[in-house]
Amino acid sequence: MNRPTLPDGLVIVVKRECATCVMVVPVIEELINGPLPITVYVQDDPTFPESLARSHDADLSVSWHYDIETVPTVIRVKDGVEVDRTVGWVRDEWLKITGLSSLGVELPDFRPGCGSLSVDPDLVDELRVRFGVSALAARRVEVADAEDEFEAMFDRGWTDGLPVVPPTEQRVMRMLTGTTRQPTDVVAIVPPDLVEITVEKVAINAVMAGCKPEYLPWVIAALEAVCNDTFNIHGVLATTMPVGPVIVCNGPGTRAIGMNSGMNVFGQGNRANLTIGRAVQLIIRNVGGGRPGEVDRATHGNPGKLSFCFAEDELGTPWTTLSESRGISRTADAVTVFPGEGPRCVVDQLARDPESLTNTFAACLRTLHNPKSVLAFDAIVVMGPEHARVYADAGWDRDRVLSEIHARLQIPGSELIRGANGIAEGVPTHLSGMTLPKFRPGGLLLVHAGGGAGLFSAIIGGWANGDIGSQPVTREVRA
Amino acid sequence: MTTSVNRFVLDPTNERRASTMERVGRPTSLKGLTVGLLDISKARGDVFIDRLEERLSEMGADVKRYKKPTFTKPAPVDLRHEISVNCQVVIEALAD
Repeated sequence: MNRPTLPDGLVIVVKRECATCVMVVPVIEELINGPLPITVYVQDDPTFPESLARSHDADLSVSWHYDIETVPTVIRVKDGVEVDRTVGWVRDEWLKITGLSSLGVELPDFRPGCGSLSVDPDLVDELRVRFGVSALAARRVEVADAEDEFEAMFDRGWTDGLPVVPPTEQRVMRMLTGTTRQPTDVVAIVPPDLVEITVEKVAINAVMAGCKPEYLPWVIAALEAVCNDTFNIHGVLATTMPVGPVIVCNGPGTRAIGMNSGMNVFGQGNRANLTIGRAVQLIIRNVGGGRPGEVDRATHGNPGKLSFCFAEDELGTPWTTLSESRGISRTADAVTVFPGEGPRCVVDQLARDPESLTNTFAACLRTLHNPKSVLAFDAIVVMGPEHARVYADAGWDRDRVLSEIHARLQIPGSELIRGANGIAEGVPTHLSGMTLPKFRPGGLLLVHAGGGAGLFSAIIGGWANGDIGSQPVTREVRA
Repeated sequence: MTTSVNRFVLDPTNERRASTMERVGRPTSLKGLTVGLLDISKARGDVFIDRLEERLSEMGADVKRYKKPTFTKPAPVDLRHEISVNCQVVIEALAD
């Protein structure tokens, strides 16, 4: 809908429900006799003010297009262009905008205005659709009156097995307020169907996942991070292994949007953690066309394929953060994506020295995927605060922790070759004389997260690593 | 009005219709035809394809071998094109 033109002179927007508007009616009556033409728009009651000629801003088009946030608002218009404005009743301001030397002498000097109907929380989503709808390009799908809208989402194959929020225009427009990017901007090319996805389609799926608008930049960043040849979401999706995109979030924004980095960090109960990861997976499904049993060939999958997203405990960590270790400023927001299976627990309640605790980590990490598997898979160690304290007290930094774990995972080839220890799985026999590391250099990522009580940590095992499979990718989050 | 607006949702999919392509007719014999064998680079896929090559050669087919750089990613477009212009039949082997 086009922006209405304002007449020259003074334009005054009021509503009857506002006591300040009622109070200034005599002032407006004074202005009628002044040098400037007066146009009054009333938002609610078309008979108000009875004593004045007025226009009813019934659809709130004037109020919306001229960003009226408070009533009364007085706008001075010259040659069709706004040159000045004041809100509420401030006598000096009204004198300045009208050019008069005396106004409302009976009134107090100052009285604040009231909220404009056009910013009423009950109306604003509808208005955004009414006046901004042309920005959205997606096909409108009608849901029959007799159809349950939640069942309709299932029937169309748009869900991950849990109910989704129906993506109405109002909800999608509200979601789009979470980013400065244009709805038409292309964010990524989504496998497996290799389809360009716009900000608008991201927003639609973010609504369905249950995101708030302030999560949208995180969903966009995570999507950019997975949809490239380095992370290879195509392979992560298609593999028979039980992996999905694990999203580790860093930066002050994680706290601003209320992400969980502490107690039950991988579990239920936190909206941001659960819905950001879910939105990414819904996009792979709905836009990329990647569905279980079709391109997704996982033998078992894992519950984290619904959503596996969490924040690092940056305020409590004794170390640099994960994103810092990957070249991002600590003051910036970032996501790191990792192709991961479900987390497993590392229990060590007795270690009080870093050597002993490191031996536990090495022994547990050795079993990842198969105790005889080496170099093929990366892992994230999610260090619980009580374990991290053991290292902090001993003065071990991030690099020291990782290098000590690596040092304990140099394994004689004779233990790893096919058939060794009565296990057919293993490396080719010609590697028998070599010493092989469990993890490639850089193949272990370290994150500090979890509740303050419990001498536990977690390991998230990875998938085929390096150029043949997937590399972790870190990307800054931008509004 | 609010109710009717809410009866519309925005399509979350890519809104593409699947393209359909006619399959090439099934040959009655492989004799004299070029058969492409595409190894996807998965462990021991070569064992399977070696055996296929033997059998196909015995049947009089001209066999050409191809290999994807990695099984985790789609075959590069150049490789797909090369196979399409050189072969009348292609067998893609998946193995584990």
